Amino acid sequence: MSNSGRSDLLADSSWEQRQREVVAALTGALPREAILYRLEDTVPFECDGLTAYRVAPMVVVLPDSELQVSAILKICHEMRVPVVARGAGTGLSGGATPHRSGIILSLAKFNKILKVDPASCTAIVQCGVRNLAISEAAAPFGLYYAPDPSSQIACTIGGNVAENSGGVHCLKYGLTLHNVLRVRGFMVDGEPVEFGSQALDAPGLDLLSIVVGSEGMLAVTTEVTVKLIPKPLLARCIMASFGDIESAGAAVASVIARGIIPAGLEMMDKAMTAAVEAFVHADYDLEAAAILLCESDGTPEEVEEEIVRMEEVLRAAGASRFEVSRDEAQRLKFWSGRKNAFPASGGISADYMCMDSTIPRKRLAEMLREIQRMEVKYRLRCVNVFHAGDGNLHPLILFDADDADQLRRCELFGADILETSVRLGGTVTGEHGVGMEKLNSMCVQFSAAERAQFLGVKQAFDPLELLNPGKVIPTLHRCAEYGKMHVRRGMLPFPELPRF
Amino acid sequence: MEAEDPTLAHLIDQVNGAREARASLDIRGGDTKRFYGEPAVGAPIKTTVLSGITSYEPTELVVTARAGTRLSELEAALEEQGQCLPFEPPHFGAEGTVGGMVAAGLSGPARASVGSVRDHVLGMTVLNGLGEVLTFGGQVAKNVAGYDVSRLMVGSLGILGLICEVSLKVLPVSVATATLRFDWDEDRALKQLKGWASHPLPISASAWQAGQLHVRLSGARAAVAAACQKLGGERVEAGRAREWWTGLQDQSDTFFLLDDARSARGESLWRISVPATFGPIKFPGNQLIEWHGAQRWWRTAAEPELIREVAARASGHATLMRGADKSAGVFSPLSGVLMRVHHRLKAAFDPARIFNPGRLYGGL
Repeated sequence: MSNSGRSDLLADSSWEQRQREVVAALTGALPREAILYRLEDTVPFECDGLTAYRVAPMVVVLPDSELQVSAILKICHEMRVPVVARGAGTGLSGGATPHRSGIILSLAKFNKILKVDPASCTAIVQCGVRNLAISEAAAPFGLYYAPDPSSQIACTIGGNVAENSGGVHCLKYGLTLHNVLRVRGFMVDGEPVEFGSQALDAPGLDLLSIVVGSEGMLAVTTEVTVKLIPKPLLARCIMASFGDIESAGAAVASVIARGIIPAGLEMMDKAMTAAVEAFVHADYDLEAAAILLCESDGTPEEVEEEIVRMEEVLRAAGASRFEVSRDEAQRLKFWSGRKNAFPASGGISADYMCMDSTIPRKRLAEMLREIQRMEVKYRLRCVNVFHAGDGNLHPLILFDADDADQLRRCELFGADILETSVRLGGTVTGEHGVGMEKLNSMCVQFSAAERAQFLGVKQAFDPLELLNPGKVIPTLHRCAEYGKMHVRRGMLPFPELPRF
Repeated sequence: MEAEDPTLAHLIDQVNGAREARASLDIRGGDTKRFYGEPAVGAPIKTTVLSGITSYEPTELVVTARAGTRLSELEAALEEQGQCLPFEPPHFGAEGTVGGMVAAGLSGPARASVGSVRDHVLGMTVLNGLGEVLTFGGQVAKNVAGYDVSRLMVGSLGILGLICEVSLKVLPVSVATATLRFDWDEDRALKQLKGWASHPLPISASAWQAGQLHVRLSGARAAVAAACQKLGGERVEAGRAREWWTGLQDQSDTFFLLDDARSARGESLWRISVPATFGPIKFPGNQLIEWHGAQRWWRTAAEPELIREVAARASGHATLMRGADKSAGVFSPLSGVLMRVHHRLKAAFDPARIFNPGRLYGGL
């Protein structure tokens, strides 16, 4: 068992004693007002976007300089205090869930864009800068930062690095890893470190590859160099209806088979379409078994050529209704329902559980049939939105958490979806991360030896397991439990954010 | 890929045997990249027994191949379906393998535009130093389950384990392509490349050498035609253009050649990786610039210390690709903290230090 595990066993009195000691030690490193430890001050940090897990941390610190971050880490390392780094707290898998005997290292004050360099098409930003703020800062130069997780108005680049965040456009433009050159930060003992470089590669092992997506368990990120790319001059979207899900799934494969990489390729099933139409009134085809949104971007010449090719493929695949956006307003209207899939689901059900798995594209229709069977088996409804181009599924299981049996069936339903995804050649998390939520699913996907190797990687960076302990790598006894993410009455901590 | 596989079982026996005997293993595929990295030691363990494409479905944009599969075999299968490895890996000989491509982690002319080998690796099965067969990542592009160990293996020169099987993201071959030539000096070429970078142009490769800049455009027909018009320059005939880019990709162009005369002058071949916007670098000898300025090849007799110092000043690093004297180290030295992580990772994957000891850095 790790150190951090042992500290869980502290009795209340010794916990309070410990808290006093930790606060006293931290007082030497940063101003009093940057240290929060009274319950009323620490409660806002008790969970991230995965609200099912709530733990008030022992202490919250809000440093505003790298010197302070380093000093905090040194103190915590010497005192063996677990450290959970936190950006905006929008993560959906509990990656920033606090540790009862640890500190929350809030990096909210690291919100400066240090440099936007149009010549090198890069930006150097502090970790607490919001994803969308980077694109806004780059816009005057005709550039933007490509990964666009749907929480992009709130989520931070540090969090994106931790989760290797994707978005609607990653089929064409890649994930966070593909758009980050360098990560600067600190090791668990407070020593400064850089992964990657300002150039396109760095000597030695490609540590940037494992730091990106490591969910705050290997190092603390304070600064990131991101790539910027020229903003496409034009984007147009095709909305196509299909009479059955098999032909919609086949259409997705046909687009790719024709050598087309769309900027976005999304699918909604009939139930989801009905839910979003009631929410946004965008004139979706309510008769269709599935709707595809297929986007082309680039120069006007490229888009014109590509739209023609996409149209041919989709019509040949049996699209029953077909529309190409005439202008930007109509394109955004096509997307409005897709982008509001989550709040729309909150409107038709007391609660919903959002899944996030990836399967090979060719299994989309098969997966939807499986989910339909599960709806009968577990006596619960499920509405579906897919990043079809990537095979990334977000089934939303509808249930009422006041009904204990529904909650139980919902959890079984969710686990069944994840296990089916693995069986179909996929993975238990496409973009939301493992965090606390998918710990159990990791047992399904990885063998004991593979999980032990993950632990070896963790310990290579953090031998005492003080950084974000208890996340990502399940212990053997955890493997029996079921993960869950459930949304109470449609309320997430940021209910206004689209989540898909 | 399962440990019960008979060819794999044989490799596992070799690894377990080496561990028990405290012996080293020198992982070999097609043996085409012996020149690269620090010298190899140990008894050979051949990956070529693991051969063949395991699965390939063009509509998934994913191919899975065993490590010993010849790169040429893989590329022929992709070409048949109008697809390719977009990062244009170098071929140092017909026997080059998929495992070697991944372990060396080298990418070709398109790297600055489409990404590297690492960017296209989706999953991997690895045999570690404990004789365990482990699979990380998968066959889907979006996958954040656990640390991205398969990408850590890319460019590791085999020090963490033996790569058994790899899944790669592939892409359709561009519909249209064109190469333009400009008679510009280094200064002007670098400035112009910098200027183009922030515009939505379909530039897929660039190379400057001896007063000539070659620029390749790839993409939709209309986009390539429009860009040709916009950039100007002289259009290079398709066959000659292909020859030119292949010469760079495979490092078979005479520039890369270290023949007796050049070696006698004390020349080595250096790959200097710097931010593309860094100004001209001057050493005695000959230079070839790729990746829109981010990769500067130098064939020079300059002192390694000087080369490394210049690269470091540019926030980059320098690799001694080919040379008779490797005493200065092949790769730029790491900071103390990164080297500590390297040692611990080595210990986690290969505690008995069986695999390719010292091939990346001494002591690893």
